Amino acid sequence: MADSVKVELGRRYRFAASHRLHNARFSEAENDRIYGKCNNPYGHGHNYILEVSVSGPVDPATGMIANLSDLDGFVEREVLEPFDHQSLNEDVAAFRKTVPTTENLCMEIYQRLKVFPKAKLERVRVQETTNNSFEYAGENSEGQRL
Amino acid sequence: MVLLTRRIEFSASHVYHNPAFSPEENRRVFGKCNNPHGHGHNYTLEVTVAGEPDPATGMVLDLKDLKAILEREVMQRMDHRFLNKEVPELAGKIPTCENIARVIWDLLEPKITQGKLHRVRLYETPDLFADCYRDGAGASNEAGR
Repeated sequence: MADSVKVELGRRYRFAASHRLHNARFSEAENDRIYGKCNNPYGHGHNYILEVSVSGPVDPATGMIANLSDLDGFVEREVLEPFDHQSLNEDVAAFRKTVPTTENLCMEIYQRLKVFPKAKLERVRVQETTNNSFEYAGENSEGQRL
Repeated sequence: MVLLTRRIEFSASHVYHNPAFSPEENRRVFGKCNNPHGHGHNYTLEVTVAGEPDPATGMVLDLKDLKAILEREVMQRMDHRFLNKEVPELAGKIPTCENIARVIWDLLEPKITQGKLHRVRLYETPDLFADCYRDGAGASNEAGR
């Protein structure tokens, strides 16, 4: 019988980046009303915390779902390197046309990490400040959310 | 359904070494965690129980009972121990965060009879943790943050 107890490995990373919430299709007044301070013209920044959870069988030989050095290397290459100390609006192609809210950031990071070859990506959680955090587990993820 | 989470901390040492691997392979796979005399961590364990509050007491389960279970099953077994040698449930296993979390799950699940064990989250460091839960229950758990 398949084991119904699931084990996930969670890992936390940090990156700092700037963004500006602005939608060119909205009027100036509308942008200001919707995004408030986040619409200030020169942008602002955050220390983001990224939490990545992966699942899969625990290899009896290593005791691991995935070797941390593989996961760290992958996240470094796919997310930290392109995002850390960058302007999300200017330096990340995905946000040239999409507003870099942390909701959208979460989904973009999920897309980049879901092809991790060594384990299944369960979800990403991005903390924008100590008071705001966002989670994305792909579509049809209701079963894995509370 | 309400989720209740209790946090405890314990300190323990371990070493990652698979006798079936060559010394080079052990080094390559486990890195610093293969250093021969072991090393230690302050582990933080978050145990989440799900249930309906009893209308008479307002409790999912009595925290005193949960505290006693965690003391007996986890603290006495693992706190200030060398996990490889002193915890029989980990004998023959590499004491990774994944394996320790699973052992803790198996120890606690049958002991929690009021409410239902929902999630075990074990932090080895603030940046590394393992979650255990029944498939379908979901590991996402605001109460455990």
